[in-house]
Amino acid sequence: MKPNAFNYVRAKSLDDIFSVFSEHGDEAKILAGGQSLIPTMNMRFAAPDVLIDVSDVDEMKGIQVIDNSLRIGAMSRHVDVLNSADVAEHSPLISMAMPNIAHATIRNRGTFGGSLCHADPASELPACTLALDAKFNIASATGSRTVAAADFIEGTYTTCMSENEVLVSVDVPSSTSDTVAFFDEIARRKGDYAMAGLAAKATVSDGKIANPRLVYFAVGDVALSSPSAEKILSGATITDIDTDAVCDAIASDIEPFDDLTTSGPAKLAMMKVLTRRALNAFSGNGGGS
Amino acid sequence: MTDAVAITINVNGETISQTVEPRLSLADFLRAEGLTGTHLGCEHGVCGACTVQVDGRTARGCLTLAIQCNGLEVETIEGATDKGSIVDLQEAFVEHNALQCGFCTPGMLMSVDELLRDNPSPSRDEIRDHLSGNYCRCTGYQSIVDAVEQVARQRAGGAQ
Ligand SMILES: Cc1cc2nc3c(=O)[nH]c(=O)nc-3n(C[C@H](O)[C@H](O)[C@H](O)COP(=O)(O)OP(=O)(O)OC[C@H]3O[C@@H](n4cnc5c(N)ncnc54)[C@H](O)[C@@H]3O)c2cc1C
Ligand code: FES
Ligand code: FES
Repeated sequence: MKPNAFNYVRAKSLDDIFSVFSEHGDEAKILAGGQSLIPTMNMRFAAPDVLIDVSDVDEMKGIQVIDNSLRIGAMSRHVDVLNSADVAEHSPLISMAMPNIAHATIRNRGTFGGSLCHADPASELPACTLALDAKFNIASATGSRTVAAADFIEGTYTTCMSENEVLVSVDVPSSTSDTVAFFDEIARRKGDYAMAGLAAKATVSDGKIANPRLVYFAVGDVALSSPSAEKILSGATITDIDTDAVCDAIASDIEPFDDLTTSGPAKLAMMKVLTRRALNAFSGNGGGS
Repeated sequence: MTDAVAITINVNGETISQTVEPRLSLADFLRAEGLTGTHLGCEHGVCGACTVQVDGRTARGCLTLAIQCNGLEVETIEGATDKGSIVDLQEAFVEHNALQCGFCTPGMLMSVDELLRDNPSPSRDEIRDHLSGNYCRCTGYQSIVDAVEQVARQRAGGAQ
């Protein structure tokens, strides 16, 4: 299992990336951590002519707190996001999700932006960024644009970016003190892609829930929220949540697909288990895993 | 139409300069240098047999291109063995029968080395967690966890 032959360019700046794009068009691909791209190339599902290594592009690196938001550079390695005190403080949901992404060795090289651009429906970060209403900062030779999380991923392995664009960073609004975050997933083995997962958050004050977000992953082409369940929870008193009604609402919104290992009905059962755990967390009975 | 590129990698303390095809994986590069302790199993990131350390962090040799390591420091099982930095781990693996065919062992040891540097006294769960990306088809893992646990205790100066 060896990849096709290709040329390799080590970009030093965004402009370097754009000049390779202008020369090679869609034959050139960004190489971030390589933890998804190289396997697909080794299996010859992808055979780009040119790889643009972006690990030296400063504009894509670093984790910063700017006003009330966290800016995570696309080239931030999973391990650095996992160990970041700023992420733990400003975005506990992302901190909770990180240990679930792959294995330590993969996390040493895989990147935040690479995971989002890869857009695997079973991956954790698309669900987190959707639950958190993150903003995606995208650049190309002709300028930059910012896209809402809900518009960034369009389908399995498909984003809204065109071939000459690059994801530079992601802005995540800071968590407030009354926000409760919950993250959990059910996987066969630690580090495997989930069979079903849930990224959730809500503000809870004076025993009432506001702005609930429930986003499920590994159950459809993209991470899916449940507007009906969110509607029931919105304004509900934590001591008086009709859990069965919430679970029914989820089933009415989302019909999980069958994948290679897990049937749709099994996934739905897992979604309900995860939802009950999330509601427990909202009521102050322990967070996610 | 691809251009071979000159690279220099510090491997186990020695500088190696080579002209490589960009598609050459770090694992294949190392094996061609005679460092065949780095094994290739699945070649798509799943099994961990190819685990080496790049600038002190573990990396999949099959998912890292040699050219990406230009200017970096790579340590393989041969380097760690020569340095003597994991001799206690190697002895504990033998003592606990934590290897049978040995195919997974170099990758295991490189991962455990990283774990014990980051977290000198891991729980059994933390050991299993860190090794979740290293497959062993022989031992059933229990003996590997036992060996790692014992070395962590020894290094902390505890009994046994
Ligand atoms: C054994 C194994 C288990 C894994 N388990 C999980 C898991 O449980 N959950 C999970 O989420 N992931 C998992 N992964 C994938 C891992 O998280 C990858 O690191 C991640 O999906 C891709 O990130 P990368 O930096 O390696 O990107 P790459 O592989 O370098 O790139 C992936 C794709 O995104 C494009 N791209 C990358 N960065 C940019 C950018 N900034 N702008 C535009 N395009 C870009 C590339 O061109 C490529 O098409 C696993 C991988 C392996 C090998
Ligand atoms: S050969 Fe690299 S992980 Fe299996
Ligand atoms: S000892 Fe044979 S695979 Fe682990």
